[in-house]
Amino acid sequence: MFWTVTQALLSGLATTFQIFILTLLFSLPLGLVIALASMSKFKPLRYLMQTIVWIVRGTPLMLQLIIIFYGPGLWFDNNIWSGGTAGRITATVVAFTINYACYFSVIFRGGIEGVPVGQREAGEVLGMTKSQIFFQITLLQMVKRVVPPMSNEIITLVKDTSLARIISAYELTFTGYSFVKAAGITWPLFYTGVFYLIFVGILTLLFNYIERRLDYFR
Amino acid sequence: MAILEVKNIEKHFGSTKVLKDVSFSLDEGNTLAIIGSSGSGKTTLLRCLNFLETPNHGSISVRDTVLFDAEHPEREQEKDLRKKRLRFGMVFQSFNLFPQYTALQNVTLAEQLLAKERKDFKQNKKKIFAEIDEHGKALLAQMGLSERMHHYPHQLSGGQQQRVAIARALALSPDILCFDEPTSALDPELTGEVLKVIRSLADNKTTMIIVTHEMAFARDVADQIIFMDGGVVVEQGTAKQLIDNPQEERTKKFLARYTQG
Repeated sequence: MFWTVTQALLSGLATTFQIFILTLLFSLPLGLVIALASMSKFKPLRYLMQTIVWIVRGTPLMLQLIIIFYGPGLWFDNNIWSGGTAGRITATVVAFTINYACYFSVIFRGGIEGVPVGQREAGEVLGMTKSQIFFQITLLQMVKRVVPPMSNEIITLVKDTSLARIISAYELTFTGYSFVKAAGITWPLFYTGVFYLIFVGILTLLFNYIERRLDYFR
Repeated sequence: MAILEVKNIEKHFGSTKVLKDVSFSLDEGNTLAIIGSSGSGKTTLLRCLNFLETPNHGSISVRDTVLFDAEHPEREQEKDLRKKRLRFGMVFQSFNLFPQYTALQNVTLAEQLLAKERKDFKQNKKKIFAEIDEHGKALLAQMGLSERMHHYPHQLSGGQQQRVAIARALALSPDILCFDEPTSALDPELTGEVLKVIRSLADNKTTMIIVTHEMAFARDVADQIIFMDGGVVVEQGTAKQLIDNPQEERTKKFLARYTQG
């Protein structure tokens, strides 16, 4: 039995990991774009971005997931997501990417605005170009500032992947719970918890490492 | 001969006029001190010279070349603007060192980036970087910081940081070196080491403009002093003449506050 459960949970973990990595991959750059747009001098763009961020942060991720997965089929009679596992995972990644990009954008904006103006000005009077100032001076200071809040969000993302079970994606929590329903055994629930703990544990070590690497300056 | 000619500079922020018809000239190798209370426009004037602010009126010329003329605004390429900026060096009140770089890297960074634009960069990369490194080390030695060149800014005292900032501003050999209240952010016991460095630069005939609240220092080191109030130049003259024998009522009042204190 133990082996059966382990195998099932590992396959659930694969889905969880897939959602996690893909969401991260897309939402990080999208978050940066939204951050820059929400600081734009062009007011309509700035207001538009602020409104989107407000809506996305102001409604439950589970609701967003339901709307994105079932919406096209309900309103346009056109289910753009294929009914199989792949379609469910894709829909999850789309919903998560939009949601997390909005949270990341706020963190990025804080990071960018947190770098003192004097840093840019010092670069300017030394004849540096805008891109030199960004890449040689601002970027690393910004990264250092965003690592702690980002690590929080990313750890939350690991656990939020369990929301995907609402649209029947066979991720880790779904798999663990299936044994309660099918076989009436409860210990796989705790075993599932261990999987998450190890996942988050590895991430925590990684973030600690990054923070240490950036510890040489203030 | 005048190395710097500033004519009729005006600067508005919204409806507030921060600078009104400011004109002065500065001879090569001379030191100009600008004094005045906070909000008198001294810092804005320096920022205009360094192209951190764009004046609404007036012109700025260095060595008879017009760098800026508000009446003939050209659409500037970033490249041209950068070249003009290099005529001026700037030392900020709050140092603004780059925290992720060592003292030496702070000094050499801009020179290295500039060297990449040289045509012979690819062939002579090693040699060029070695030269830049030597230059940076020499500048830090001049500031008395040879021991500290591999330290990061947060490992240095305020006075040391400001001396690194001075070396960094000197690295690109500007025609005119500007200081914006270089000792205002320092503890009193640390101002001396920075003023000493600036004094030695004056002795070496570096052309400088210093915005300062250190009256005794200004009188001692500057060749020329400008007193500003409310965005206008109230009085200008030689250092000793202006401080010891001010002509204008406003200058007298301002100086009285300093000598009494």
